[in-house]
Amino acid sequence: MIELRQLTKKFDDFTAVDRVTLSVSAGEILALLGPNGAGKTTTVRMLAAILPPTSGYAAIDGYSVAEHPREVRRRVGLLTEHPGLYLRMRGDNYLDFFGRLMSMGPDERHRRARSLLDQFNMLEAMDRRMGTYSKGMRQKMALARAMLHDPSVLLLDEPTSAMDPHSAKLVRDAILSLRHHRRAIVICTHNLAVAESLADRIAIIQRGQIIAQGTLPDLQRRLLGPPLMELQLGSEVDGTVDLISDLAHVEGQGDGWVRYSTPEPEATNPRVLQALAARDVPVVTLSSVKRTLEEVYLRVVESAEGGEPPRIVDGNVIEGE
Amino acid sequence: MAAIGERMRNVSGESFRLMLVLVRREIRDTLRDWRMVVPILILTLLFPALMSFVADMALDWVARYGASIVGDRLMPFLLMVVGFFPISFSLVIALETFVGEKERNSLEPLLATPLSDSQLYIGKMLAAMIPPLLAAYMGIGVYVIGLYAFEGWSPPPQLLLLVLVLTTAEALVMVSGAVVVSSQTTSARAANLLASFIIIPVAFLMQGEALIMFWANYNVLWWIVLFLVVVDAVLIRMGIHLFNREFLLGRQIDEFNVAFLWHTFRDRMRWRPWFFGRDPQALPSWLRWVSAMGGLYRYQVPAILRRSRLAVLTVVIGLVLSAVVGFSFAADYRLPSQVLDLDHISPDSFSDLPAVDWLPSFTVWGVLGNNIRALLAASLLAIFSFGTLAIALLMAPMVIIFFFVLQAAYAGYSPLLFFAAFVLPHAVFELPAAIIATALAVRLGATFISPPEGMTVGEGWLWALADFIKVFIALVIPMLALAAVVEVHVTPAVVVWAFGQ
Repeated sequence: MIELRQLTKKFDDFTAVDRVTLSVSAGEILALLGPNGAGKTTTVRMLAAILPPTSGYAAIDGYSVAEHPREVRRRVGLLTEHPGLYLRMRGDNYLDFFGRLMSMGPDERHRRARSLLDQFNMLEAMDRRMGTYSKGMRQKMALARAMLHDPSVLLLDEPTSAMDPHSAKLVRDAILSLRHHRRAIVICTHNLAVAESLADRIAIIQRGQIIAQGTLPDLQRRLLGPPLMELQLGSEVDGTVDLISDLAHVEGQGDGWVRYSTPEPEATNPRVLQALAARDVPVVTLSSVKRTLEEVYLRVVESAEGGEPPRIVDGNVIEGE
Repeated sequence: MAAIGERMRNVSGESFRLMLVLVRREIRDTLRDWRMVVPILILTLLFPALMSFVADMALDWVARYGASIVGDRLMPFLLMVVGFFPISFSLVIALETFVGEKERNSLEPLLATPLSDSQLYIGKMLAAMIPPLLAAYMGIGVYVIGLYAFEGWSPPPQLLLLVLVLTTAEALVMVSGAVVVSSQTTSARAANLLASFIIIPVAFLMQGEALIMFWANYNVLWWIVLFLVVVDAVLIRMGIHLFNREFLLGRQIDEFNVAFLWHTFRDRMRWRPWFFGRDPQALPSWLRWVSAMGGLYRYQVPAILRRSRLAVLTVVIGLVLSAVVGFSFAADYRLPSQVLDLDHISPDSFSDLPAVDWLPSFTVWGVLGNNIRALLAASLLAIFSFGTLAIALLMAPMVIIFFFVLQAAYAGYSPLLFFAAFVLPHAVFELPAAIIATALAVRLGATFISPPEGMTVGEGWLWALADFIKVFIALVIPMLALAAVVEVHVTPAVVVWAFGQ
């Protein structure tokens, strides 16, 4: 559906996107993460056939962005970083205008516009000038514009930026509802919670290069090590650590708690519990320590910066250990 | 031109429909802004009605002093004026087209639609032009109706047609120029500042047209229409050629990077020396300078001339045209035979030349200085006129020469002998030098319309400037010097030998 091979974009001497290779299949949502100026928007603009690549190859539905830009634009729905609405226009007229540019028939334009506005709770506002809309409404209108022609590829640049939590949830739900077996979606965002909740796969871009990609569990395993478990005990931990260290790697201990990591928690945890029960050590809870996308992201980005990566546990940076 | 032709052909059928969708939206958007609509209405209805009234009053007043001709000329003049004022708004709208959308962040969604560059560009241009132009037509209508009601005067159909066409051509010039500016700037403020380059020439043009209106020689205005159409074509071609989505979206600020400009220019000024097939290290130091000059003449000058061949061809076509114009003028304005009395020409005739104020002193330095000055002035004008004025300035003396060649024939002399004696001896050197210099000047101006492949306008222009400087110094000045020596010392002798006593 979306294919990038060694895609590169240079502006004079500055390389904004550097030999990026990615693919997104139909039915898949990819989150493209990265710091400001990492090359996310430039990549999306090349995929939308707005900017020509300097070298490499990018295709949408088999159409090269360099050779068939108009065919590509017909198949792509682009939500730009800023909504970019014509504020003197009414919402329904605005969608009708873009529907005409996409060569949609009048019935189809009307039906799709009403359906999308209904989905975003915007039907009542459709006959108002868009200058009167709130930021969230403008963003939803922009998303409706991107979706109007039922594109097979959706490129969403910061879809929930400047939105209140309720509107952001609406948009997140809308994006999930857009997941379709015939559609590929790319989301560029700084909002890691959005990416975590929506994306099937994550790609992290920095200085124009993809420095990590994969599913979130994959990335967690590769970058943060094996899953981390935490035991809360009903007694002192003395002696328990030695017991656990025979079965797993003890990562830390404290007042009534022990943390250990194991590549196979399904096999290791029952053995740990059995060993503790045999010694009559009271176990209050055994839980996995939740590791967020933020930890993965910071680990990847800071490692790529060249410095010593910090040790991150539960989202907190632990120093001096 | 092939590229533009191809692009224009693509704007057909479905493509044309898409363009109209854009035009319609833009016009509606303009008409929703009362700040635009109110002044347009005032200039469409109130101002022309006022002009009708003023014309009526003026006619009565001048008639009292027997100067009815002033009134007769005033009415067509005001007809032109009421048409021009509304179209001045097209400039404001056109300056906003791309850069305004960019500032409002609404350009990117538009660029993501299947609209092609041509559709987007021409659509924006039409949308900026149509409302003010319709207002201009209505204004003209109100003025004509008002004057018919007050005075019973109606313009001759040919005059009315001329004013309508002239107004349309002026609107197109302003809009096409402003859209170029709008697509090449990074802020509306910069676009408004650059609009001076449109306003000032149009203001001069209007003053000239006003004079012609009072002179009542309307045929001259048709020539101005033709000139404006050519300028329109050039501006539209330049606009589409320079239209660049990457520039529109990518560039946030315009920097005046002097260091980059200098390095680019310096690189373009360099050339490969010619070591006469010998080891460069073995050459004595004094011969290095000679090898640098050798490289200039062996490699650089021929390469520059090769890449300027299209410009040279254009200049030559201009010269052929100047011959046609010169002969045509000579046929229309035949001089009395005694004006061209060559039978009494003598060496003293040439020594008397400095007495004519506007001619340079008839010395080698005088002639050489004058020719260099004229070619440099033409090159300067070429920069501001896409190269056209450089050709026009070279054509002017050629028109005069061919005018006198035919006059010589009318006076009973052999035109070929006249040409061979008066022109040919020094023209052998001077004409090629002038053609080459003018061709390089054309490149200096034409780079703005069509920069070389893969280069920005700035890089292309610096390349053309470096080429111009190298060839002007290495080839043009030496040839002009040779021509000046021949013109001062050989040509008079040949003329006296051929015609004198």
